[in-house]
Amino acid sequence: MTLEVAITALQWLVAVLGAPLLVGIVGKTKARLQGRRGAGVWQPYRNLRKLLVKEVVISGTTSWVFRLTPYVVISTMLLSALMVPVLTTSGALPFLGNIIMLMSVFLLGTFFLALAALDAGSSFGGMGSSREMAIAALAEPTVMIAIFAIALRAGSTDLNEMVRRSVSDPLLLLNPGHLLAFLSFVIVALAETGRLPVDNPSTHLELTMIHEAMILEYSGRYLALIEWASSIKLFLFLTLLGNIFFPWGVAVTPEPVALVIGVVALAIKLGVLALGLAILETSVAKLRLFLVPELLSGSFLLALLAVISFFFLR
Amino acid sequence: MSAQDRERVVSAMREFSWVGVRFDSDSGHNDVRVAISPAEFLGFSDYLRNCFDARPELIVAEDSRAECGGFTLRYIFELPGCDVFVLVSTLVDKEQRWFPSLATRWHLASLFEREIHDLFGLIPLHHPDLRRLPLHQFWPADYHPLLRDAEPPAVFEDDGRPFPFQQVQGEGIYQITVGPVHAGIIEPGHFRFSVDGETIVNLESRLFFLHKGIEKLFESMIPSRGVELAERISGDSSVAHALAFSMAIERCAGVEVPEQAAWLRVLLQELERLYNHIADIGAICTDTGFALANAHAMRLREDILRLNERLTGHRLLRGAIVPGGVSMNPLSNKQIADVLNTIRRVQHDFDEVVAMALDNGLVMNRLHGTGVLNNPTARDLQVSGIVARASGIDADTRRDHPYAAYNKLRFKVPVFQDGDVLARLMVRVEEARESFSMIALVLEALPSGERLHPITTLKPGASAFGLVEGWRGPIWHWVVVGPNGTLWRVKVKDPSFANWPALNYAILKNIVPDFPLCNKSFNLSYAGNDL
Repeated sequence: MTLEVAITALQWLVAVLGAPLLVGIVGKTKARLQGRRGAGVWQPYRNLRKLLVKEVVISGTTSWVFRLTPYVVISTMLLSALMVPVLTTSGALPFLGNIIMLMSVFLLGTFFLALAALDAGSSFGGMGSSREMAIAALAEPTVMIAIFAIALRAGSTDLNEMVRRSVSDPLLLLNPGHLLAFLSFVIVALAETGRLPVDNPSTHLELTMIHEAMILEYSGRYLALIEWASSIKLFLFLTLLGNIFFPWGVAVTPEPVALVIGVVALAIKLGVLALGLAILETSVAKLRLFLVPELLSGSFLLALLAVISFFFLR
Repeated sequence: MSAQDRERVVSAMREFSWVGVRFDSDSGHNDVRVAISPAEFLGFSDYLRNCFDARPELIVAEDSRAECGGFTLRYIFELPGCDVFVLVSTLVDKEQRWFPSLATRWHLASLFEREIHDLFGLIPLHHPDLRRLPLHQFWPADYHPLLRDAEPPAVFEDDGRPFPFQQVQGEGIYQITVGPVHAGIIEPGHFRFSVDGETIVNLESRLFFLHKGIEKLFESMIPSRGVELAERISGDSSVAHALAFSMAIERCAGVEVPEQAAWLRVLLQELERLYNHIADIGAICTDTGFALANAHAMRLREDILRLNERLTGHRLLRGAIVPGGVSMNPLSNKQIADVLNTIRRVQHDFDEVVAMALDNGLVMNRLHGTGVLNNPTARDLQVSGIVARASGIDADTRRDHPYAAYNKLRFKVPVFQDGDVLARLMVRVEEARESFSMIALVLEALPSGERLHPITTLKPGASAFGLVEGWRGPIWHWVVVGPNGTLWRVKVKDPSFANWPALNYAILKNIVPDFPLCNKSFNLSYAGNDL
């Protein structure tokens, strides 16, 4: 039991502390691909340190919701990091690893962010909230259905169980339902984490923003918490992509050797996914806002096909 | 050509034999000067419009109470299709202070009249919209800075009343206020959107936060200082503003610039056009989220800025153009080879960057059909420059009213019909390509000899305008010489002044997140507009 607790703590720390590094790697890779030198991969940590010591400026028109939200958002992400099988499926909290619960926790953070954005009463916050809610309403069900396509085969909505079952399935990648679900999940992961072509994380143009517009009013340590939470969200979505769809390497037993393999496998998967994300973000433009629902409904359709294919192609 | 056009216009006007029209002495340039009383002015401007399709491109007020016992108003009418301008001047009574308004005939005139109303306190009669323009609410209402006897105001206080923006009412319509302070390093301006969901149903922009009294600053400067101020009117158009100012001074003095200076001026202008067009192309791409093209565009812009520094000692080419010619050393063979090499290299990469952007389906989808400024609206608003050429208006000062050595160069004036962001991007792409080849032609044909005819004497009371095609569009400088060769009155018109209102029309029925892209495709100057 002690060992399992230690393993759980380890994979939780990898997720919450490693997340800014992942953001740094994506940023650095993007810069190199564009022919720029770019900031170092440790830059997100420096940014967080800077924000933590900076003064917090809060609009006089805000209520307690505004001050509570950063803590809610970071709490939901810290909790989510406990649910996702990052290195191993044999954590100490097996009852937590449920996909429906994970999505609810994600949505709770989004909901509070949208509320907080409205709280200051600025027009940008309102625009950000309305856009984020429109996208969330389309993206969340797609995430669920894409994961259900996998869950149906595993016979469980428990993430640990899904990974365990898939590890033993050598023909996984030959399954069309699996690939459809993967594609669908990639698209919604981009929407959920506010990446191109849905949202541009590096823009300064308030009128075009979605996620960034919601957090415009935040500064100092509040902003640090939200930035950290966003990086954890990106980390978890990429980990889900890596571990649910390509489960090899995830430790199914609490042995040190398996864990080491798990760490190496995670690093490789996240490295490949980060590179893929950087290439994608370098080669596409941002979609016109009114085309985003079309992209997401396409993604929803892929997820639905993945589920249907399960019944036809067992 | 110009002389024939001139003869034709003069004889046509003589035939009409306006009572009260007085032809002023021949200036020897492509302008016909007439004086008329305010009472007859409206009839005469209608005659100009009906007979020549003329449009007032510049309206200047001068406080000449000490000299002629009233305010002088000057209207420069451009006559499409011929290289002749009609300069109409009228004298406004110094006690009554009203003058006939052209606001209901030409939109651009209404803006000039609002400006004159604020800065001189003259009243355009029956003007439908006399809200304040350059002077914001903290300027005292009876303070008019361009009056010769204006004292600095004692009180600077916000009057506490909100600016009367146009109100749009209806179910679900709400306002978005943006600016004057924006994210990113750009100039200040306030935009008031009325939106229905994400769709923009009205946009009103309020500018002039950068009003810094440039025209007042010019007063009593000597021309060699004036050109330095002109270079700083809008930082990205240093060459064009300096050139327009210098040309006005040269015309006042009756000095022709040496042959080599004329060619070097073309070189400088095209270098300025190039670095701005390349930067804009990159910026438009980055506003669609396609940062790759921008990263390369910025690299190419930097190449040209460094070339500028090697040629003139200044990255933005400041200090190169002076009244009477250019203040540059002769180009050595090594420098000419350097320019040719740099330009060839930049052009090669430029073509690749453009291809990369235009081959990207997502980028094209964002550009195509966004922010359409249709041709009739563009004509009604008298927009100019890139924006006009993207909306099907075939006009380019370099070709229509040639100056420097442009009449000795063959070049294409790209015109696109769609009026959308893509058209404005393509005008820039094609113009940049023309600039590349023009620079090569200039270096091939560069004559030797003098580069500067110093201007020694300026006759008090002499007046002239300088008109050049800056990279944004035509830039006007109107100069009147005062005693001892100082400047008595300088009026500046940047193309942004006419083009800002067009943005409000181009964005209608578009969605809010497309505004920055549309705005970037206009890329107007705040500083040049606010003066």
